[in-house]
Amino acid sequence: MTITEKILAVHCGKKEVSPGELINAKVDLVLANDITAPIAIKEFKRIGVNDVFDKDRIAFIPDHFAPQKDIKAAEQCKILRDFSREYNLSLYFEVGRMGIEHALLPEQGLVVPGDLVIGADSHTCTYGALGAFATGVGSTDVAAAMATGECWFKVPESMKFIYYGRLNKWVGGKDLILHTIGDIGVDGALYRAMEFDGETIRVLPMHARLTMCNMAIEAGGKSGIIVPDKITEQYVKGRAKREYKFYSSDSDSGYVEIKEYDCSKIPLTVSCPHLPSNTRPATELSHITIDQAVIGSCTNGRIEDIREAAEIMRGRKVNSNTRMIVIPATQQVYLQAIREGLAEIFVNAGAVFSTPTCGPCLGGHMGILAKGERAIATTNRNFVGRMGHPESEVYLSNPYVAAASAVMGRIATPGEL
Amino acid sequence: MIFKGRVWRFGDNIDTDAIIPARYLNTSDPAELARHVMEDADRDFPKKAKAGDIIAAGSNFGCGSSREHAPIAIRAAGIQAVVAKSFARIFYRNAFNIGLPIFESEEAVEKIVEGDVIEIDADNGIIKNISRSEEYSARPIPPFMQELISAGGLIEWTRKKLRVS
Repeated sequence: MTITEKILAVHCGKKEVSPGELINAKVDLVLANDITAPIAIKEFKRIGVNDVFDKDRIAFIPDHFAPQKDIKAAEQCKILRDFSREYNLSLYFEVGRMGIEHALLPEQGLVVPGDLVIGADSHTCTYGALGAFATGVGSTDVAAAMATGECWFKVPESMKFIYYGRLNKWVGGKDLILHTIGDIGVDGALYRAMEFDGETIRVLPMHARLTMCNMAIEAGGKSGIIVPDKITEQYVKGRAKREYKFYSSDSDSGYVEIKEYDCSKIPLTVSCPHLPSNTRPATELSHITIDQAVIGSCTNGRIEDIREAAEIMRGRKVNSNTRMIVIPATQQVYLQAIREGLAEIFVNAGAVFSTPTCGPCLGGHMGILAKGERAIATTNRNFVGRMGHPESEVYLSNPYVAAASAVMGRIATPGEL
Repeated sequence: MIFKGRVWRFGDNIDTDAIIPARYLNTSDPAELARHVMEDADRDFPKKAKAGDIIAAGSNFGCGSSREHAPIAIRAAGIQAVVAKSFARIFYRNAFNIGLPIFESEEAVEKIVEGDVIEIDADNGIIKNISRSEEYSARPIPPFMQELISAGGLIEWTRKKLRVS
């Protein structure tokens, strides 16, 4: 069995499961945010049970339109707060303590290897980087799981991605995943578990693994997953709030497809409008001027990402035709960035340094684009209207490229500075 | 169940930001969401679409975010059903969970033209194109999904399972 099949089997009390099989499995953690939780709460109340299945395994994180951007958003956030108080939920994160959900939960050790996690947010697949099975579902799924502690799943086929060779300078997890999505397309892994493996992955740091698994959904994947190893152990020890277990894939596991990539041939990669699969080498896009650069999101808002952007901005200025917005993903990342003097680098460069929020990634707030404007962002989607006006454009890249572009006022690589 | 209505055609990879842009997600009120349904794919759609209409789209319909607001907005706009070559995974779950009828048929989507009137026979997986006197088959709905539909959605199914009266 693959690691995915093993985790699913254990959570439905079976010795074995196989792709296509429909199972009802126990979940270790259920999460929702200020957009999806209000519907989940409404549906949960319709079920008519007196209590939630476990008050310590439901995480409500107001991060999308929080800090509350307007009255309607404030009303939505209040629904989460009121419910969390009423049911005494221990994993409600108030503004000032919250962070972007998929950065916050791994950082706080609230998702651990071997877990089965569902979240009413498509980027829940991020936690596969820890060797957990994690997948995005809808609000009604979350409502049912809040009552029963269970969720229905079709066991996915697994697709293996093997990365070998040395990464080029400034190339990271974001480039690997954008390149992969560019290769297989936005439905190239539809309904499948994407298992990332190979010698390059074995030495890839955790923040880059989180970035890769985060974007599995952008290829249509049900989940992304990496078999846990020493790097995983190093990351989770000292953080894990629960016991964890490492699973691995058997050598005779069945994969529906295997893809191999020579990383030495993967360039700094940018996804052009309006699909993440529309990838081009960054060096071919130097004619694209930009109005805004965004560093942050559940994809690239961790301290390592902030450091990469700061490395570029140190002693440099944001281009006079461009705005730069830097958003650390959690309070801990924010504090660390202050301690390391990174916040100062950004402010001196003429960039915004913001409190944690999903904000502009989904066109919510904190950096919305006007008609005809163009942004480069370390976020995950570049659909029509994603960051604002339906006639605005988003280019996706890693933090080095986004920061270099902020300096140049056009898409640029660090080597050009 | 039979669903008969006029068709609106859309292409491949219609994402949830096109179905209901995130700028309207500071509410979950179905009527308000319906006022902006499919707006970023076709600006006039909320005005043009009438109750009882059907959407036919290409592959990977509903890709992107997990927002249940997408199928909710479609249903609240009075759209009876969605036919697509394929659906993105979370949208597929959400549609069945909330009781929005969806059907997969490459053949139907290839041949249906905007404005055609079609009749979907959900029980037998047959899509009749009344305007063109053609007939297409839809992929059979898996037994568990049928169970969800006959229960009236995931919440009712869960109530039944938990025996909540």
